[in-house]
Amino acid sequence: MAGHATKEIDSATLWGGKGSPFSASYGKLMMWFFLVSDALTFGGLLVAYGYTRYSTQGTWPIGEETFEALPFLGNGYPLAYVALMTFILIVSSVTMVLAVEAGHRMDKKGVIKWMLATIIGGFFFLGSQAWEWSHFIHGTPFGKVTLNDGSVAVVKGDFGAIENFEVIEAGHHHAVGDLVTEDLLHEFQHAAQAGHLHGTADNLTIHLHDGSVAKVNKAADENLQLIIKEAGTKHAISSAADESTRVTAEEGAVAEYYEALTKGAVIYGANMTQNEYGPDQYGQFFFFITGFHGFHVFSGVIINIIIFLGVLRGIYHQRGHYEMVEKTGLYWHFVDLVWVFVFTFFYLI
Amino acid sequence: MERDDIIEYSLDGHHSEEQGVKIRKKIWMVTLLLTVVTAVEVILGAMVKQGSGAWLTVKILFIALTLLKAGYIVMVFMHLGDERKSLKWVILLPYALFIVYLMFIAFTEGSAVHLAM
Repeated sequence: MAGHATKEIDSATLWGGKGSPFSASYGKLMMWFFLVSDALTFGGLLVAYGYTRYSTQGTWPIGEETFEALPFLGNGYPLAYVALMTFILIVSSVTMVLAVEAGHRMDKKGVIKWMLATIIGGFFFLGSQAWEWSHFIHGTPFGKVTLNDGSVAVVKGDFGAIENFEVIEAGHHHAVGDLVTEDLLHEFQHAAQAGHLHGTADNLTIHLHDGSVAKVNKAADENLQLIIKEAGTKHAISSAADESTRVTAEEGAVAEYYEALTKGAVIYGANMTQNEYGPDQYGQFFFFITGFHGFHVFSGVIINIIIFLGVLRGIYHQRGHYEMVEKTGLYWHFVDLVWVFVFTFFYLI
Repeated sequence: MERDDIIEYSLDGHHSEEQGVKIRKKIWMVTLLLTVVTAVEVILGAMVKQGSGAWLTVKILFIALTLLKAGYIVMVFMHLGDERKSLKWVILLPYALFIVYLMFIAFTEGSAVHLAM
């Protein structure tokens, strides 16, 4: 029996493609579809973050309280560092689009110049993120404490410098009267977490590793404030809008803080399970979302370098078009696009 | 058999020097806009406390500014604005629908979980 198709169409016309409803090349179209799927992953992560925030409400950390440090300058610059990171990424996105534009004019030198700038920008962003992670992981000198009444507090203020540990009971290594002067903050925090600090704010003793006991000679902390994140029997949650709801030094914050410290009820910085900034999920989302984005930046830099080498060798010039630069550019802009959303939902809101 | 009913696409979206000057001008304008918007966001973020009276307005403004920035990145930097209308919709519409729906169910559920705890 005869089928419907009686007219013969040669296979090149039938299966050879060529028809292009979107008027875009196969490669570009597939890059767009990949980016949509990748955007769904990031969308899912950010929505999960939002879900967790909705379900924890007031205990969630505030961006401008958590991220306020700058390299070499210390604390007190809310959001300045992330703003810088955002700016670096925007600029590298601009240099990328300029490389694509140069490619459209078959200007090989222009493509080389702007792609090189993009790659450098990518490395700058990765370096900034490394510092940010390191700072997040190491945390503040104060840490987060669980107070006597069961409330949990984040601490703000100027940490008084530790001058030395003056040994008052000899151990295996230290004799009475020895002064320990190295790695003081690290030792101090380590001892606090292990419950090896004793006494009160102006009369602290520390049990060192070798079994010796030393007096902690430390300047007084200034402007110490406790921001209550989880309510206990005595303290209610501090409002982010109203600083007077924090527990100040006049209200006995110093004594309460050091009481917690000598009980070992303190967390410094962040690790995979806990962090000093807020609920445990906060650190996990920080590592996963900024980490997954950072991994995209890293792979973007690698892809850019590969295409850059192709440009240098003149492969695309010979081909007559720089569409490869355009496609890698799509990926690079996407990385910038994701950061715009991460910046808003993780740091600003 | 040659077909004449199909539209050819060209791999090489070439343009002339004069067009290039125009395009570059647009790129620098968008750069300026993105930078200014980011600076405004950071200043507002550092100044307005969360939970204060103005916070809700600022929060909505942040989201609007973010969508504005995203729009410029996608439409100008990623050249989606220069693509065919059909491609624009295929990329944007399914994504927008899905994410808005996901946000709705996730945030409703999140609030309910908070109340239950």
